Amino acid sequence: MSYVIEGRTGPWELVVGLEVHAQVISQSKLFSGASASYGGEPNTHVSLVDAGFPGMLPVINRECVAQAVRTGLGLKARINLESRFDRKNYFYADLPTGYQISQFTHPIVGEGAVEIELADGSIRTIGITRLHLEQDAGKSMHDQDPTRSFIDLNRAGVALMEIVSEPDIRTPEEAGAYLRKLRMILRYLGTCDGNMEEGSMRADVNVSVRKAGEPFRTRCEIKNVNSIRYVMQAIEIEAARQVEIWEGGGSVDQETRLFDPARGETRSLRSKEDAHDYRYFPDPDLLPLVVEEAWVESLGAVLPELPDAKRQRFQSEYGIPRYDAGVLVAEQATADFYETVARGRDPRLAANWVIGDFFGALNRTGRTIQDSPITAEGLGGMLDLITDGTINGKIAKDVFEDMLETGESAAAVVERRGLRQVTDTGAIDAAVQAVLDANQDKLAEYRSGKDKLFGFFVGQVMKAMAGKGNPALVNAALKKVL
Amino acid sequence: MMLTELTIAAAQDGLRRRDFSAVELVGAHIAAIERLNGRLNAFITVTADQAMDAARRADDVLAKGEAAPLTGIPLGIKDLFCTDGVRTTAASRMLENFVPPYESTVTANLLRDGAVFAGKTNLDEFAMGSANINSAFGAVENPWKREGEADTVLVPGGSSGGSAAAVAASLVMGATGTDTGGSIRQPASYCGIAGIKPTYGRCSRWGTIAFASSLDQAGPMARTVEDCAILLQSMAGFDLRDSTSVDCPVPDYRAACGRDLKGMKVGIPAEYRVAGMPAEIEAAWNKGIAWLRDAGCEIVEVSLPYTKYGLATYYIVAPAECSSNLARYDGVRFGRRVPAASLDEQYEATRRAGFGAEVRRRIMMGTYVLSAGYYDAYYLRAQKVRNLIRRDFERAFQQVDVLLTPTAPSPAFAQGEKMDDPVQMYLNDVFTVPASMAGVPAMSVPAGLSANGLPLGLQIIGRSFDEEAVLAAASAIERAASFTHRPALRAEVV
Repeated sequence: MSYVIEGRTGPWELVVGLEVHAQVISQSKLFSGASASYGGEPNTHVSLVDAGFPGMLPVINRECVAQAVRTGLGLKARINLESRFDRKNYFYADLPTGYQISQFTHPIVGEGAVEIELADGSIRTIGITRLHLEQDAGKSMHDQDPTRSFIDLNRAGVALMEIVSEPDIRTPEEAGAYLRKLRMILRYLGTCDGNMEEGSMRADVNVSVRKAGEPFRTRCEIKNVNSIRYVMQAIEIEAARQVEIWEGGGSVDQETRLFDPARGETRSLRSKEDAHDYRYFPDPDLLPLVVEEAWVESLGAVLPELPDAKRQRFQSEYGIPRYDAGVLVAEQATADFYETVARGRDPRLAANWVIGDFFGALNRTGRTIQDSPITAEGLGGMLDLITDGTINGKIAKDVFEDMLETGESAAAVVERRGLRQVTDTGAIDAAVQAVLDANQDKLAEYRSGKDKLFGFFVGQVMKAMAGKGNPALVNAALKKVL
Repeated sequence: MMLTELTIAAAQDGLRRRDFSAVELVGAHIAAIERLNGRLNAFITVTADQAMDAARRADDVLAKGEAAPLTGIPLGIKDLFCTDGVRTTAASRMLENFVPPYESTVTANLLRDGAVFAGKTNLDEFAMGSANINSAFGAVENPWKREGEADTVLVPGGSSGGSAAAVAASLVMGATGTDTGGSIRQPASYCGIAGIKPTYGRCSRWGTIAFASSLDQAGPMARTVEDCAILLQSMAGFDLRDSTSVDCPVPDYRAACGRDLKGMKVGIPAEYRVAGMPAEIEAAWNKGIAWLRDAGCEIVEVSLPYTKYGLATYYIVAPAECSSNLARYDGVRFGRRVPAASLDEQYEATRRAGFGAEVRRRIMMGTYVLSAGYYDAYYLRAQKVRNLIRRDFERAFQQVDVLLTPTAPSPAFAQGEKMDDPVQMYLNDVFTVPASMAGVPAMSVPAGLSANGLPLGLQIIGRSFDEEAVLAAASAIERAASFTHRPALRAEVV
């Protein structure tokens, strides 16, 4: 899908690269034993290392390294068996040591790729340049006191993965698709919860524009955008701003900008001249990080099945359409739910119920799979009753609603409400006869050739039987009499 | 018997035999500190009460016959090692009132082995200096005097000048030092005592205030090589909390001191015969060569061609690391804060008030060499040269077991001398810096007196993690030199 910005001088192409900061899921911080959990009273998850006390030294957290390797493998990227930590030096009140430990020249993960699917069904590959590990800073709070700023160091030292894409993104939609896909992969891997509202995933967006066939023009970096929607809006707004500058005869300055969603604009944060000189150099407190190939392989061997592979398997193993498979694998929990329902049952029937009634019910009641009153086993049990003829599809809808309300099993609902399907041909024949007796006029019309009235008779019989008639038997009985 | 003149080895025996108590031993040293520290300024903080309490506990332990290696031995701790509940200043206004809630690994190891801390010794601010004149708590006086110049105050060397002066003057039996480019060895040489910088990674850096992380290494200072070995035995060891500490067994250092040197190959690096070396330094060196030859060593001329770049390289790498290591002293979380209207102004005011001139100079040099556009020309090139220096040593140690050089290009100088030009001051470290750059162990041992009666040290440099060979060779020089001279200012004469 092409995205073109129509300027006065003709069409412009958009060029976007994303730097995603993903907070690593781990018990403790990247270089200290303090808890990495979110929340907590300010300054309660802070070790002397995090606070930069004299003589304190960083020690790498093995689990954070494992999480970075898992993520690298999930992004089909090269794992660098030797990487290095550097210091990025700058002064700020929420950066206790005066430097952030990061990986500048030798990241732990090299080139990889993420495949995205767009609304029109087309597929694009976005290149991953690198992934590196680094520390998060603390949080400055400027709104707690009229004259003072407060600092919370709970987040200081928590591990982040910075995942840098190639400038391969050409539309806001692609940026959104890339972020959603990346988040999906991270969540599947269990390496980042992808929660952008809590800031555990943030994006820096590099935007430039060019005429078709041109080399890249100057880019601007929009810092710390914290929702996918805002990323897409920011790109659109920033690209329009740049086109206007170029077309007005000016030139875009390389600078860092902020996106203000309330005003729908990006604003300059600092120009290239004011850019920090970070004075990167290898952190002498840490040795080069060396990981064994065998260890990487052992992590790879137990990697969970990722969304792309799962989607393909769902299509081939369960024979469900690509679109349905895509919906089902969007979240690991959904996919697991579906597989539990589908196991040993009609997988297409299972897909229809999960995507249709079940998701609909969750949406309607504002619940999630985790707190749904209907479990996968429960829904499966209901499907079993359909398959073995205990209930028909129409009654099943009632049973489902009842289960949703009461949390009871399908069998219990059917039992309590006497919804068992009637297969007694005598009872069916009697109901058919009663309907025909009561509708002589319609019978005459039917016999004179109005075939469509067959459906009317079916409906009347089912109604007379309170919906419990076996549809096949009802059909057969009607056909015979008519 | 003068308790303050005992070696640690002799005091260990005396305490176990109950010839004297720990209270007597520690008390004698505390009394000496009280008499002399006002003059020498070797201690920034004296912990007399804690020391006497610890001595009483040591006597209980000794009475039960459960003595640890250092039970009851009074030591000075360089005020760069964080000590739990005891003010730790790094000789800086910045940390004037900083009381750490933790104990450095090295001092914790010494406490584990029963040592008694008499106090925190003076140093050049953040260990930056070669004369102990850069302390916010005043300069340290060398207890030695030039012959016939009783009024000339000499520097003790630096940065571990307080430790060196305290040990030389018998205020303590031994002390901890740290050595980044010579900060143990050069003051040991100036004060007529022994001091060893072990292999980088041998002692944990955890809890020691950092100057230049890739060079800093703790080590002991004492009046004999054997006493250094005893202290190093306790200080050394792998520490999970320091990623650069090395998991390598700590051998019996004391046993190494008595080792027979027959067949040991001793390298004499040609490049250390620098132009303008004073004749008496060269004479001391030649004497050392003769002593080792007499002890059965084979003397081999070796070449360390990159030595001449050692000092220049050091003054890029060390300031670069210091500029980053000292960024945490910003007045936000601990230490000195000078409030100001904005955060940037607070940084500037705090750091201007908190850091002395030499520290500021090195932070500026370090910031410069790491800056965009200069990084490749300075820092990166320095790292490459550092690798070449390291390779020099590796190559030399394929031929020989240890190297013998002078420790410093001169004896102790007077306060006020060499002080106009920082480069002149930096030259004091010309012989000690290369071993620091290579990370190899090196020791200074007193070898004789200069013409005007000041001690001169010789330096033994060894292979990585072969402190034993260094201690063995240093012991041989110590025996041959039979250095029994004592400084003018010392516990028993005042």
